[in-house]
Amino acid sequence: MFRIVKKNILNETTDHITVEAPLIANKAKPGQFIILRTDEKSERIPLTIAGYDKEQGTISLIYQKIGHSTKALGALMEGDAILDLAGPLGKPTALDGYTKVAVVGGGLGCAIAYPQAKYLFDHGCDVTVFAGFRSREHIILEQEMKACCSHLHVLTDDGSNGNKGLVTDGLRGCIQQGETYELVIAIGPPMMMKFVSLLTKDFGIKTFVSMNPIMIDGTGMCGCCRVTVGGKIKFACVDGPDFDGHAVDFDELMRRNRMYLAQERGPGRDEHCNLLKQSVTITQD
Amino acid sequence: MANMQKNKVPMPEQDPKIRIENFQEVTLGYNDEDAMLEAQRCLQCKHRPCVSGCPVNVQIPAFIHAVEKGAFNEAYQIITETNSLPAVCGRVCPQESQCEAKCVRGIKGESVAIGRLERFCADRHREQANNQPITQQTRASNGKKVAVCGAGPAGLSCAGDLAKLGYEVTVFESLHTAGGVLQYGIPAFRLPKDIVDYEIQQVKNLGVNIQLNTIIGQTLTIDDLFELGYGAVFIGSGAGLPAFLGIPGENSCGVYSANEYLTRVNLMKAYLNEYDTPILRSKHVAVVGGGNVAMDAARCAKRLGAETVSIVYRRSEEEMPARREEIHHAKEEGIRLQLLTNPVEIFADENGNVTSMRCDVMTLGEPDASGRRRPMPTGEQMTLQVEAVIIAVGTTPNPLIRMTTPGLETNQWGCVETSDGVTTSREGVFAGGDAVTGAATVILAMGAGKEAAQAIDTYLKSKEQQG
Repeated sequence: MFRIVKKNILNETTDHITVEAPLIANKAKPGQFIILRTDEKSERIPLTIAGYDKEQGTISLIYQKIGHSTKALGALMEGDAILDLAGPLGKPTALDGYTKVAVVGGGLGCAIAYPQAKYLFDHGCDVTVFAGFRSREHIILEQEMKACCSHLHVLTDDGSNGNKGLVTDGLRGCIQQGETYELVIAIGPPMMMKFVSLLTKDFGIKTFVSMNPIMIDGTGMCGCCRVTVGGKIKFACVDGPDFDGHAVDFDELMRRNRMYLAQERGPGRDEHCNLLKQSVTITQD
Repeated sequence: MANMQKNKVPMPEQDPKIRIENFQEVTLGYNDEDAMLEAQRCLQCKHRPCVSGCPVNVQIPAFIHAVEKGAFNEAYQIITETNSLPAVCGRVCPQESQCEAKCVRGIKGESVAIGRLERFCADRHREQANNQPITQQTRASNGKKVAVCGAGPAGLSCAGDLAKLGYEVTVFESLHTAGGVLQYGIPAFRLPKDIVDYEIQQVKNLGVNIQLNTIIGQTLTIDDLFELGYGAVFIGSGAGLPAFLGIPGENSCGVYSANEYLTRVNLMKAYLNEYDTPILRSKHVAVVGGGNVAMDAARCAKRLGAETVSIVYRRSEEEMPARREEIHHAKEEGIRLQLLTNPVEIFADENGNVTSMRCDVMTLGEPDASGRRRPMPTGEQMTLQVEAVIIAVGTTPNPLIRMTTPGLETNQWGCVETSDGVTTSREGVFAGGDAVTGAATVILAMGAGKEAAQAIDTYLKSKEQQG
């Protein structure tokens, strides 16, 4: 059992928890994830490690209460325990050796992008963060991100924070103003990662994206998380989760993520989940 | 007086029409009379050919003789001297190519039902034991720690034997449940999970500690284990990485590896409504492959409500590697065998959902390296209208341990190299089961686990003598 030592409710759909998991905290690196099972009847769900404290022996996780199993997780309070937690899984993001990087996070993807931005910034890299949210109420980790980058651009779809736009708009603007990035890290809904990758391809900027397919074991056993990268089958759990954004077949990823949509139980389930959206209005200026 | 009936005493089974709607065990086992009658068919051959066919050398004529006398507990003790998972092996061993293949009675009629008798002894013992309190059989510790990676058949048998020798054994298991393929792979209708749980409890009763949710190669490395004070490590991590066909359309929605499909059903209980696990309940399903895993997947699909399930296999029925009993049961349940058929492309609709699979029609040519006649395309093609395709064409060892263990030699298929079957290129590291051989059987993995336990004991003792 893995005890929840701290729980912050970030907004109506998003929680931030700190969980006792000393072995995982000891090994975790940016970009890696865990798989947890809230109780006996829950699914195994992959969540990226949002932070880790080797001394305290804890990891932190940020999740959206959008499906049956994440809602069950969201029902746990401080002091409660998660039945199963395994990790760290996947390969860490290769972050060493860069001097100027743009980190692009979309919604909950910011929870994954944050430790990467922090690692880069702590290692002397010039970091620009573009963080996109649906509206002002959905903004998470703003202070944390501000503390670990040189420039922070927070954008909202509806402009309710006074800065309307998509992350692609923000990134394009900076590139067009002459900013040069050695690397762009894009983490968020597949549709967002797809369009960031299309943009950076035009400008010839190396781009990492973090895959979020459906998984079961997370150790290479089931092959459920396979993605096509450069025409080849890769398992996101052991070969990734990071891949070259210019080589990933995002449309296939989005189709596979929708595979069980018809089986979703109860009204309103997943209405908030951008992972499953097939169409997003992209403003091309 | 021997029972000279040519055929085995039949074992009662659930009616196929009823069993395709449940996940309860298909075969119901012998009662005392059936077992004693079948035991009388054994000729008690002095040269014991059956024993030579058993990877763990179960003393077959001796235990059958005890069954014949009605000394069922004695029979169980004889079996468990060499086989720590008899209820499992009696159900899933390929007896027809092992012990029963060598049985003299098989020359003129059916061999003695060794598997059924083994299962009978284990089940009868368990029924009795379930009525008694659990007794810890912990032996005095010799103070030496051994780590076992993987709580499948190889790891559990290695751990059990080491515990009996006095070692403090910790088994590290990546999933949330111990048992490996016995849990996630083999369906409950062939191997009920309470039997697996019981056998695991037996290993725990020996004092073995099982640490779940711990992935060797990620959570801890082999080098970490030595730093933590383990004197030796056994790798029994199996062959869990699924192979795909490499044909167009294979990433369409509705294409599963058998590992994924079976894990959703068996480990994650997708067939029970109270579990959250989703699975496609498709009307028309194709399963590609001809082994036990293909049969298991096909029969699960049937139980999940499929109207047609086709086993698509590129050779003929004779070459199928599955146990004969599984093929027989599958056919009884209405599974179609689509033989001499090899998939070439999977088609999907605009949402990516599978709609059909195009296949080459094959014919058999000259024998290939495996000794089986090589399937060759005839030039003809056919199309199956299916909404789900389950790929059951084999698995290879998981790469996580080899990627994180410097100096551990592996071959071109990713199998751990050993000098004598169990000793690896890294000092103090031993391996066995599918991690060494590639995908094989439960009993071979158990045999390797036992062998490794002996090798580890010898190694640690010699190291102690060297001081």
